[in-house]
Amino acid sequence: MNTRIFIPADMLAIALGANEIAVAMASEANARGEAIEIIRNGSRGLCWAEPLVEVQTDTGRIAYGNITINDVGGLFDADFLKGGAHEKCLGATEEIPFLKAQERFIFKTCGLYAPCNIVAYEAHGGFAGLRAALALSSEKIVDEVQTSGLRGRGGAGFPAAIKWRTVLDVDVSQKYVVCNADEGDSGTFADRLIMEGDPFRLIEGMVIAGLATGAQEGVVYLRSEYPVAKRVLETAIERAEAAGWLGTNIQGSGKDFTLGVFVGGGSYVCGEETALLESLEGKRGIVRVKPPIPALEGLHGKPTLINNVITLCAVPDILARGGAWHGALGVGRSTGTLPFQLAGDVKYGGLVELPFGRSLRELVEDFGGGTRSGLSVKAIQIGGPLGAYLPPHLFDTPLDYEAMAALGAGVGHGGIVVYNETTDMRQQARYAFEFCAHESCGKCTPCRIGSVRGAEVLAEDTPDLHLVDDLCEVMIDGSACAMGGMTPVPVQSAIKYFADDFGTPQRVAAE
Amino acid sequence: MTNMTHWDDNKAKAVMTNSHARGAPLTGALRALVDAFGYVDDAAIAPLMQTYARSRAEVLGVISYYDDFRQSSPGRHVIRLCQAEACQAVGARELTAHVCKKTGLALGETTGDGQLTLEPVYCLGLCANGPAADINGKPAAHLDEKSIDAKLAEITK
Repeated sequence: MNTRIFIPADMLAIALGANEIAVAMASEANARGEAIEIIRNGSRGLCWAEPLVEVQTDTGRIAYGNITINDVGGLFDADFLKGGAHEKCLGATEEIPFLKAQERFIFKTCGLYAPCNIVAYEAHGGFAGLRAALALSSEKIVDEVQTSGLRGRGGAGFPAAIKWRTVLDVDVSQKYVVCNADEGDSGTFADRLIMEGDPFRLIEGMVIAGLATGAQEGVVYLRSEYPVAKRVLETAIERAEAAGWLGTNIQGSGKDFTLGVFVGGGSYVCGEETALLESLEGKRGIVRVKPPIPALEGLHGKPTLINNVITLCAVPDILARGGAWHGALGVGRSTGTLPFQLAGDVKYGGLVELPFGRSLRELVEDFGGGTRSGLSVKAIQIGGPLGAYLPPHLFDTPLDYEAMAALGAGVGHGGIVVYNETTDMRQQARYAFEFCAHESCGKCTPCRIGSVRGAEVLAEDTPDLHLVDDLCEVMIDGSACAMGGMTPVPVQSAIKYFADDFGTPQRVAAE
Repeated sequence: MTNMTHWDDNKAKAVMTNSHARGAPLTGALRALVDAFGYVDDAAIAPLMQTYARSRAEVLGVISYYDDFRQSSPGRHVIRLCQAEACQAVGARELTAHVCKKTGLALGETTGDGQLTLEPVYCLGLCANGPAADINGKPAAHLDEKSIDAKLAEITK
């Protein structure tokens, strides 16, 4: 039997040479007369070990990390096909502490097989949720989601079931399910990993959402920076249709749901749901004023359910295992798990799925292992470009929606960027304004003008922090969406916790 | 951008018509044009107005809104350097300064001979392994001055 070798084909592994490694491995095996089968799987989320090559042995999968093309010959010399010892051997994949200490369900099968292998997906428990949903009424599906306590993973944390029920309750025939896959937050890549590595989970979640809301048409709004995800999703959609899990008369149920992928135009604000809808309708990605909410008047004026990739990927297990099972994970009103993403200057960066309630310290220090540079940690930014900068003395804060909100921060989409001691926090605060100026859709004056003015003030030798506060206040109160309304979060947290970086302490001088 | 062809009015019209026939919105047609030619030529505006029944201002407004819908032909090679926070945390600003100095370009500029375009990009999702870049459509991660120099030499040789 051919020995199976797993070499990831996600965008990161490709960036680090995985395609070249796969070619070299095939030719090396050929030259040595070894019978191998190379499977291009999704990522296991151990970004620090990519490219992570795994070998299927009698005792399970053995991992070899940070493989380069120069390692290929040596791996064969070390008899890696039998799990042989090698300086880059990480042992059994499942026993790697970074992976073993996680509690995964959304990502539990990501990276186990080739992403578009629908047989493997089903063999690993795939479509159990959809099968269960097909036997339920729309109301019962929404009830399960409500029992689960699932909240939107895109950043706002809005209870999913409220949106679902709102769309369900509108009595019209044309409705839509839109997946927000415009993962623009720096420091986040969970959507990318799951779309590139386990696309059927998203498809399954979207079909269930369609059954629950009465929508028969779905769209994945994908950012253009993710070309690999586009190819994978399109192939997976074709295969799901061929296997009767998508399209007309799904599994003989008489229910229909079609799905397409739409690629965005490189605009960050199109991750905001109403700007996203405008973009899908062919217009400038300008934020709409709510109400009406998209659940009542969304795409082309029809009721539209918009959820983030990870929200929808949590749904199959909720239907398969029951809402109560999901509701028991996590803490308080933050139920379930969040796939955190460790990024920036961190030694062990990657995807860490944990139930809500763990601390930042556990993530940054235990999983992350401190900085990659070896310098000390000065700050982390949690929740993307609109997230707060927090200092190490707050790292014991539990990671849940409410505890973070109490700090004026948010978990957002779960991205955590680590900064070392050389970081100039004033430069970071200024960048937050600059990014807002670059990406603002221009609809609201506080966002459009405030961001430009804020960047100017923070560029001055002795910035007037009163003026910055005033600008932030107007942006918070006067912006229609989170772009203008939350740009003050990184700015004000940087000023609050890292005052030394802002030059002459004018606030004290003025008092 | 090796898989792209020079602007061709007839081919472009076919791309627009196909997009419209597939039910793609104006943003979808613009995406198809950029995928085919690397940019949206001014010659596309009139046929887009006609195909999509939009005014000139509306068409131009949509084109200019999105960073991806370039209005002039990019260089033969395009390097997009990530400028976002996770890459900043591992030296993206310094790396960008190095590349700008080396190529004589600011972000958003193209060399006079049309060989190289340098652009900013805000997150490629390679945030655990920055600094990251997109070089002629191929992702690159964990870059430093030495490795980006090697990649520059490779594409411009």
